[in-house]
This record gives sequence, structure tokens and C-alpha cells, in this order.
Amino acid sequence: MSGSDQGRGSDVLDVQERARFEQLVLPHLDAAFNLARWLLKSRADSEDVAQEAMLRAFRFFRGFHGGDARAWLLQIVRNTCYTWLEKNRPVELMTEFDEEMHPQPSVSPESLAIAGDNRERLTRALETLPPRFREVLVLRELEGCSYKEIAAITAIPIGTVMSALARGRQRLQRALTHASPQEASREL
Amino acid sequence: MSCDYTRTVLHGYLDGELDATRAGEFERHLETCRECANTLGAEEALRSSLQSSGLYEHAPVSLRKKIRADLDAATAPAVTSWVPVWRWLAVTAAILLVASVSWYAWPRLQNSAASSPVTATEIIDAHVRSLQPGHLTDVASTDQHTVKPWFDGKLAFVPPVKDFADEGFPLVGGRLDVLSGQNVAALVYARRKHVINVFVWPTKEPDTPIHPPGSRQGYQWLHWRHQGMEFCAVSDVSASDLHELAQLIYE
Repeated sequence: MSGSDQGRGSDVLDVQERARFEQLVLPHLDAAFNLARWLLKSRADSEDVAQEAMLRAFRFFRGFHGGDARAWLLQIVRNTCYTWLEKNRPVELMTEFDEEMHPQPSVSPESLAIAGDNRERLTRALETLPPRFREVLVLRELEGCSYKEIAAITAIPIGTVMSALARGRQRLQRALTHASPQEASREL
Repeated sequence: MSCDYTRTVLHGYLDGELDATRAGEFERHLETCRECANTLGAEEALRSSLQSSGLYEHAPVSLRKKIRADLDAATAPAVTSWVPVWRWLAVTAAILLVASVSWYAWPRLQNSAASSPVTATEIIDAHVRSLQPGHLTDVASTDQHTVKPWFDGKLAFVPPVKDFADEGFPLVGGRLDVLSGQNVAALVYARRKHVINVFVWPTKEPDTPIHPPGSRQGYQWLHWRHQGMEFCAVSDVSASDLHELAQLIYE
């Protein structure tokens, strides 16, 4: 929510600014698309939202005074995604960050390794997580962001990044074991 | 899950985000805590699954294209300003000079382009100008799939771009040009050692067949209209060669 506050955007930039933008920001288009795809769970929607975010980044580029261009861009992408979700899928945002108090079923490393080999199962499991947990996991495990970068992008205090990741991983483990056929049949 | 370490510090350790003191402390704890050891193993396995399952989604080419177009539209001044200003001034001056001379000295392009505001002099002048060093192409490519998208967003119309290398007229590239004050596409073809410029711009006039060739100063030109586009091919190749290329483009 701070990405959009970085000064009033202008509709046009000059040629030098554009060259700087292409050099610093455009190389992170994959990161922008990947984050949008995992937040919105749809490639088609992500294409639209990533395009919009990129254009916003271009317009706010005067407010970017050096530093981590990827984190700066991802902050804008994330804000654009949440705005889009609020408008188009408000229900999804309601479940976020509800603290789970139930004891976690323990999972053996072996069963996880087997479950994890399946790209589709991992995707489905990740997509069952509330967006706030999904985003820290995607930023950490797929994008390789540091805690400091995750804090900057997601606007959560750096001190809580570690616990957000811990809870996200526990939820993901649970989603994976619940999705396994043995677990499913046992529950039925 | 009973161990406090499992819930938080373990993840900082896994992510390499603990300072040396806390990392050492956790490692000592790990030696005695079975729960943490198991969980760490499970988390490491999960991480390697996440990172090796191709979950990272790369931006599609279509998105890259759309963003390019957005940036073009949002960059001021227009894209054509990438060409140094002095060059435009020189071109404008040349056009003005030629236009004023031709007003007195040259008749209008007879029968080949009776209703066209573009004169034979302009066409030949543009052709000669293109032969000066560094002026022939803005995009040099023998690939029509490179030349065609290059025009995207630079002109308000889409010129038909085709390579005729198999027929002896390889595509060399394309550039933007100005004829009678309007932006036109110039497609550049080669015929042995000769250069052929094909100027293309939109028209509302009805289609015409390929007119008989005009000739001046050793240059030939052919003019026709087809499907909303006006074409003028000009070169020093023979009239029959030029007609062959015009025929290929017309089809």
C-alpha cells in the first residue's frame, strides 16, 4: 500500500528516463509476472495485472531513487494484485492471516519428498493457502528474496517475516499431506 | 508441535537469516531436539521440491510486446525522436528544397499516379537519399517477421512485408520515410547489386493495376494501389525486373 504513494505519477517520461527504466526495471518482468500469477492463480488475469503494474511503475518511476529495483517493482505489482482481488474476488481476501491454533500433524520428510515431486500437487497445495502466506513463500522459495526484501515488498515488519514463513510452510505441508490419496481416503 | 524453536527460529536458520550467535545456539539445540531435526529435514525436502518443480512462471512474449507498446505510448516525445533532430532537419530541408525546385522544373507524375499528391521527384529523391551511407534501413533484416513487427506502433497502418528471396528479390530491411509530409513505410529489396525501395502508405482511393513505368534520370518507378494501400516501387534496375517485383507484391 505504499507503492502507490510514491509521488504523483506523470503520464509521460522522456527518453532518458525510459532508457533507465528499461535498464533497471524491465529485466524484472519475469519476477512481476510470477508474483502476479501466484497471487491471482490465473495466467490470463496475471498478464493484464502485470501489464497494468508495469505501466504504473513507469509512471511512478520518478519516485524511484535507486536501491532495489526488483523489490520496488514487486511492491507495485503486489499492490495492483490486491486492488484487483478486492474488486474481483473479495471473498478470497477474507480468509487471510486467521491464526491457526490447531496442532499440526507431523509429516515425515520421505512422504513430503514423494508428494513434492508432483508439480500439479504443489501448485494446488500452494493455491489453497491464503494469499498472504502464499506470497511470502513465493517470494522466498521461487524468487529467492531476503527477509528484508520480503518485508519491503509485503509491507509487513521484518520481525514477522520469519513467523509468516513458518506458518506458511506449516500450512503448505498440511495442504500437501491432506491432498495425498492415503490421507484423503482415511479422512473419508 | 511443542518446541518453540520449531515454530520460528528453525525457519530463520533454514533461510540463512540468523546471525552467527543465534545460528550456533540453534545448532546446539538441534543435537538434542528430535522434533526440530525432523522438521528441518522435512522443510529442506519441501524447499527442494518447490525449487525443482518448475513452479516459476515466466512472462509470456505477448506480455512483453504489450508492455513495449505501452512504453512507446507513454514516452515523450514520440518514438520518432530517437532519430537525431539534425537528421530530421536535414531531411525536411532537402524535401523543401526539392519541392520548391520541382514546383517549377518538374511536371507531376503523369498517368502513373495521376491523383497522388506524391511527385516523381519526391520518389526519386527519397530513393537517392536512402542510398547515402547509413540511410538505407532503420531495421536491417532479411526476415519479414523481424521487419513487420518493427513497424508496429511507428505508423498508423500495417504495411505488407514479404520476403521474395526465392524469386530473386531478397528483403534487406525497412525504414520510416516522409513523402509529401506524410509518414510512409519504405521496404528495401535487393536485386543483384541494386537496391529497390518500395514506398507504402494508406489510401482511400480505389484499387488500380500496376501502371506503366515512369522513368527519369536513369531511375524507373511503378505505381499502383491495392487493398487500401498505395505503392510506389523505385530503382535503377530494369523496368522488367521492377515489374516482376511489383507483380509479386501485388499478388
